[in-house]
Parts: sequence; C-alpha cells; structure tokens
Amino acid sequence: MSLPVVVAAALFLGVLAYALLAGADFGSGFFDLTAGGSARGAELRTLVDHSIGPVWEANHVWLIYVLVTWWTGFPATFASAMSTLILPMLLALLGIVLRGAAFAFRKYSATLGQARLFGAIFAGSSVITPFFLGTVAGGIASGRVPARGRGDLWSSWLNPTSLFGGAIAVGTCAFLAGTFLVADATRSGNAGLTQQLRRRTLAVGVVTGAVVFAALVPITHDSPTLSRGLSGRAAPLIVLSGVAGVATLVLLLRRRPHVARFTAAAAVAAVLLGWGVAQYPWLLVDQVTVTQGAGATATLWGLLVAVGLAGVIVLPALAYLFRLTQSESWTHS
Amino acid sequence: MGVHDLARQLLTGDDPAGLMPAREQMALSLGWHIVLACFGVAFPTMIFVVHRRGVVRDDPVALALAQRWSKVSAVLFAIGAVSGTVLSFEMGLLWPGLMGRFGDVLGLPFAFEGLSFFVEAIFLGIYLYGWGRMPPRRHLLMVLPMAAAGVVGTFCVISVNAWMNAPAGFRIVDGRVTDVNPWAAMFNSLVWLQFTHMWVGAYMVVGFVVSGVYAVGMLRGRRDAHHRLGFSVPFAFASVAALVQPLVGHLLGSTLVDRQPAKLAAFELAITTESPSPLRVGGLLVNDQVRGALDIPVLGSLIARGSFTEPVPGLDTIPVQDRPPVNITHWAFQSMIGLGTLLALAVLVFWFARWRRRDPLEHRWVLRFAAVAGPLAVLTLESGWVATEVGRQPWVVYGVLRTTQAAGSNSGLWWLLAATMVVYAGMTTGAVVVLRSMARRWRAGQTDLPSPYGPQAQLRDAATEPGR
Repeated sequence: MSLPVVVAAALFLGVLAYALLAGADFGSGFFDLTAGGSARGAELRTLVDHSIGPVWEANHVWLIYVLVTWWTGFPATFASAMSTLILPMLLALLGIVLRGAAFAFRKYSATLGQARLFGAIFAGSSVITPFFLGTVAGGIASGRVPARGRGDLWSSWLNPTSLFGGAIAVGTCAFLAGTFLVADATRSGNAGLTQQLRRRTLAVGVVTGAVVFAALVPITHDSPTLSRGLSGRAAPLIVLSGVAGVATLVLLLRRRPHVARFTAAAAVAAVLLGWGVAQYPWLLVDQVTVTQGAGATATLWGLLVAVGLAGVIVLPALAYLFRLTQSESWTHS
Repeated sequence: MGVHDLARQLLTGDDPAGLMPAREQMALSLGWHIVLACFGVAFPTMIFVVHRRGVVRDDPVALALAQRWSKVSAVLFAIGAVSGTVLSFEMGLLWPGLMGRFGDVLGLPFAFEGLSFFVEAIFLGIYLYGWGRMPPRRHLLMVLPMAAAGVVGTFCVISVNAWMNAPAGFRIVDGRVTDVNPWAAMFNSLVWLQFTHMWVGAYMVVGFVVSGVYAVGMLRGRRDAHHRLGFSVPFAFASVAALVQPLVGHLLGSTLVDRQPAKLAAFELAITTESPSPLRVGGLLVNDQVRGALDIPVLGSLIARGSFTEPVPGLDTIPVQDRPPVNITHWAFQSMIGLGTLLALAVLVFWFARWRRRDPLEHRWVLRFAAVAGPLAVLTLESGWVATEVGRQPWVVYGVLRTTQAAGSNSGLWWLLAATMVVYAGMTTGAVVVLRSMARRWRAGQTDLPSPYGPQAQLRDAATEPGR
C-alpha cells in the first residue's frame, strides 16, 4: 500500500469511528424526540442523559479528527468538497452546534419549560445532523464534487444517492442508539423501559434495513461507479451487513441486547466499509483518486505520527472511559 | 491611508464576493470561541488546585467549590467544543484559497490539537461523571490530563497563527508550493513567544472572570469561606499572569520591526520615520494626518527598539497595497496595552496592601474593580487579537498569500453571517440563563441540581396519561 492509501485508510477509520460512536449519540436523539410528554418520557430521557452524557464530547472529536486529517492529507479535495457541499455542511454544522449546546443546557435547566425547549432542540438537531452528513457522503460517492473549484450548490446533495445516504444515516444512527439504549435499560433493571425501547428499535431496524437494500436500485443509475463497486468488490460486506442486521433483530427478540450491541455495530460498520471499498481508489468519485489528491509526502508521514500517537494516547484513554461508563458502579446514579 | 481610502477599498468591487462576509464571520466566531477556549486551557488547573485542597485537607468548602466549578465547566466546555467545531468547518468553507494550497503545510499542528482535544474531552467525561463513583484521589488525578491537554492544544492552534505571521516550512517555485516540511512550519520562529503570550492571557481571562464572580457575591454581603476561596484561587493565578504578561508581550513586540514593519508602524501610528520616535497615545489617521494624538517623546523608540535613537519605520516606507487598516490596528493595540497595564498595576496595589497586612477585600471599591476586571480582561484579549490579525492584513500568510486570494467567491456568506449571529446570540443567552439558574439554586441550598424531568421531579403530563 502506498503512503497516501495508508493515510486515506486512517482517515476512513475516523469516519467509521465517528459514524458508530457519535452516530449512536445522535441516534438517541430520535428516541428522545419520540419519547412522549414530560412524564411519560422522563425515564427514557434520563436514560439518554446518562448514557451519552459522559461520552458525547469524546465521540464528537472523531469528526475533528476526520476534518483535520482530510485537509492536511488531501488539501485540494477538502477545499473543493467544502465549497461544493457548503449547504449540507453548514446545516450539519448547525445541527452539531445546537445538539451539543442544547444537551448541556437541558441537563442543568432550572424549570421544566426550559428543559422542554432545550430538549426539543437537542433531539431535533440530533436527528437532522446525520441526514445532512449522509447527503455529503452521497455527493462525494456519486461523483458530484469536482477536483477543483465548486460544483453545483444544490444538485450536489439533492440527488437520489445523497437523499438515500441521508436516510440511511438517520436510520443507522437510530438503530445503533436503540440497541445501546436497550442494553443500558436492561442493565439498570428497568423492564418497562426495556420493553418499550426494544419494540421501537426492532421497528427502526426493519425500516433501515429495507432502506439500505432499496437504495441499491436507484444508485445503479445515479452512481454507476459506486454501484459497480457495491455489487462487485464490496458485495461480501453488504451481505455481511445484512446478516449482522438480521442477527441483531433476532438477538433483540431473544432478549440478548448486550450481544446485539456488537452485531448492530458490525452491521453499520460493514455498510460504511462497503461504501469505502466500493469507491476505492477514488477519493472524490470519478474525479480524484487517493494518490492524486494527496498532499506533501512529509506531511503524510507527519499525519501518520499523529495517528500513531492517537493509538498510544487516545485509544487507551477512550477504552478507560467506555469501561467506566459500562461498569456497575456507573450504571446507577 | 485615510478613512476615505479605507471606505473606498471596502466598497470597491475588486475583492472576491466571499471576502468581507468571511472576515466578519471569522471575527465573530473566533472572537466568541476564544473566551471559551481560555476556560478550556486555564480552568482545569484552577479546579485542580481547589479540588486537591479539598481532598488533601479534607476541606468540605473546597470540595463543594470544585464540584460546582466542574458543573460550570460542563456547560462552558460543551459550547466551547461546538464553537471550536464551527472554526474547523470555516477553515474550508471561508478560506478555500488558503486550505487548498497550504492545507498540507499548516495542517499538522491541527492534527495534534485534535489529539489534545480528544484527551480533554475523554477526561472531562470521566471527571464530570466520576464524582462519588471513583476513589477520591484517582478522581482528582483525572483533572491533570485535561489541564495538560489544554496547554498542548493552545500550542498547536497558536502554532498555526504564528505560521501565518512567520511562514516557514515550504518554498514557492513558479507559483506552486513545494518542499513542504510540516515540522518546520509547526515549530516556526514565532511559535514559542506567541504561545506563551496566549497561554498567559488565558489565565488572565479566566482568573479575573471567575474571581470577579465571587467579588460580586461579596459585594452582596456573602462573605463566607466559600466566596473567599472562590475569589482567591483564580485571583492568584490572574495576578501572576497579569504581571508576567507585559514582559512576554514586550518580547513579542520587539521582534516586530524585523518581522512585520507594517504592523509595527500601524501599532505605533508612525506615518513617517521619526528619529527618535515618540510614543503616540490615542489619535486617528485622517487624510494621511494624525489628529488628536498625545506624543511622548523618545518613548516609542525606547519601547519598540530598545534604543534612544533607533526609529520606528514609518508607514511611508511600506508600499500602499501592503499597508494594514491603520486606525483599527492602532486602537486595538493601545487598548490591549492600556488595559493590560491597568490590570497589572491593580494587582500590584492589591498585593502591596495585603503585604501591609490590610485586607483589600474589606473595601467595596476593590471588590467593584475586581468585578469589572473580568470583562476588562476579556476586552484586553479581544483587542490583542484584533490588533495582531488586522495588523497582518492585507496578508493571510504574511508576505505569501493575500487575504483576497484566500477567500472564495460565495456572496451567500452574508446569510451565513446573519444566521451565525442569531445562533450565537441564542447560545449566549442559553448559557447565561442556565449558569445563573445554577448559581441561584446553589445559593438556595441545592447541591445536586437534578434535571427537572428526572425521576425525582414530580411530573404530570397535560395529556391523558398522568403519572405513567
């Protein structure tokens, strides 16, 4: 593997981590939004607070990692993608800002009225953010971001691939979050909440799975390059994703949510990895390959140093955080 | 350049459509974020000192204070994290000409900044939720990685700004960027001094703001141990920082004459080269004439050049197209110097009185000054950034890339600016409302601040299913 490909792989690893970890945080906004009135939704909202509170900021940093690695490693493509996809990028950014701020504000609200306002902002922005990030992925994957300069401001993200990308992002985030929340609710011993969450997660899972496989049809016409990859090289990953998705549903039905967390993550990771493998060697599909888009060699080596340091410093710390939040003494408030 | 020229330059159609809105957008979002970034850098150290006192001396007042500060930091760091993310997006959205050409030169420090942001976010999560869930001493230690990450993060971000002032680590051959050495770019000649200046500045801002909060409490008659500790720890940090800062700033400024003579001339409002140069206090440049300035002879040469005779080179030595907007730069610079000096003198007087065994906190005017010292420190910081950023114009990368070349052609950015103003105003209001309500509930004797929709709250839906 050449140096640019290694850096691109590290970049994509960041995309994966962000999609899985921050995706689950965003997805819990879906359950928060649909939890019902203040009294009926109190337990679920408290569970959401408790399960994403300690981790959301750390998970959010994966996005920074992705952006920084992109503009440092592949600067020209970053500039053209940002110029072309400025609208969905800004809408996603708005969602990120509102989600983070409103989540922190809600937790320390003095009155129920304030908590309702901040809660609605938190939950609503959690749902829309993955959608816009999904349209960005669709714009790149369907070859609508030019190598240099600015592509079309609207059709670059309002097209079949982008819209399906957005829908898939919202669905997978909610599916992940649902599975994690069922596990959290089970661990805290709340049978009623577990039951309610399990039902809704199953529904989300079925719908999302259907959307993913339905998307394969319009993509054939809209993004031929991506489609060829998906039905060729990446086909095993798409199959794997389907199998893991079905396994998750079965495990949820059989009340094994702790194992279901892993199959759910595997299902989502396989879809994303399928996208990455399908569009390889393109960085911007049909426009720029990974090698063509790479920045200076010395900088790519520098980035690998940063990635190595992340492996040594960040990953153990992250593992410690996750181990603590999943431990018995942290489960009960 | 006079006011008329400046206005004409602003209104001419030569600039790309995305330039002015991008400038204003950057000023707003960076000016807003920088205050919160200061909290990310300096607050963990202060929390550590207070928390450690609580653990080591078994001091319940200190422990309660540390716990409150950690809750405040949960709110501040959340909006700091998201407003920092805004800046990451803006690098590409507003300045495609900078990022597309120089992304691989300047990007590496950002990668390391990302790592320190990771560490800070991870240990913030552990620290915030670790109260009562971890052994006390181990819990205390969780603050240290946050504090260290704040320092590293400052270094990395400032490294990029220092690179914009003193570009290094690349060559331009036939208009193409080549021979990129990101390490030389990161460790450019200016980074250490500029980092120190900002790092010390962060302690001034946070120290004065937090101690000011407790000064207000004492003014309202709450003179308990809680308020005295809440005042004295941040004020001690702010005092050291305020006394060190003039020295650091002076060292940084004395390199200007070789590095950025145009910026120095604008700082000093030096239109022509005078030997020796006066220190020009106040004043405006109107139609190429300085109006209303107070000149103190020789002092300009003495401060800027360390000499009784060496002059500050005048703006007339700089080609017209390479001159920064003079009046903004001059006033921002002098506001920073004036306010910084005022704060340094004030802490000197305070500690002198303490040394003479008087309690300055008995005097209401001392408390009043301590209360406004926070906003003054923020103003000092913002002035400093305006001075250095506007003073570097018309360059974004000094001597290499003009700001006009970095901007895009998107005139729709004015809408973005308007939307940003609305969102940031909302976020500021939200933070103020929530923080004030937290303080109110703490004063009323609550400690845990449960969420109003939590299991302890008595809730009833307006809908048909009460209490389910």
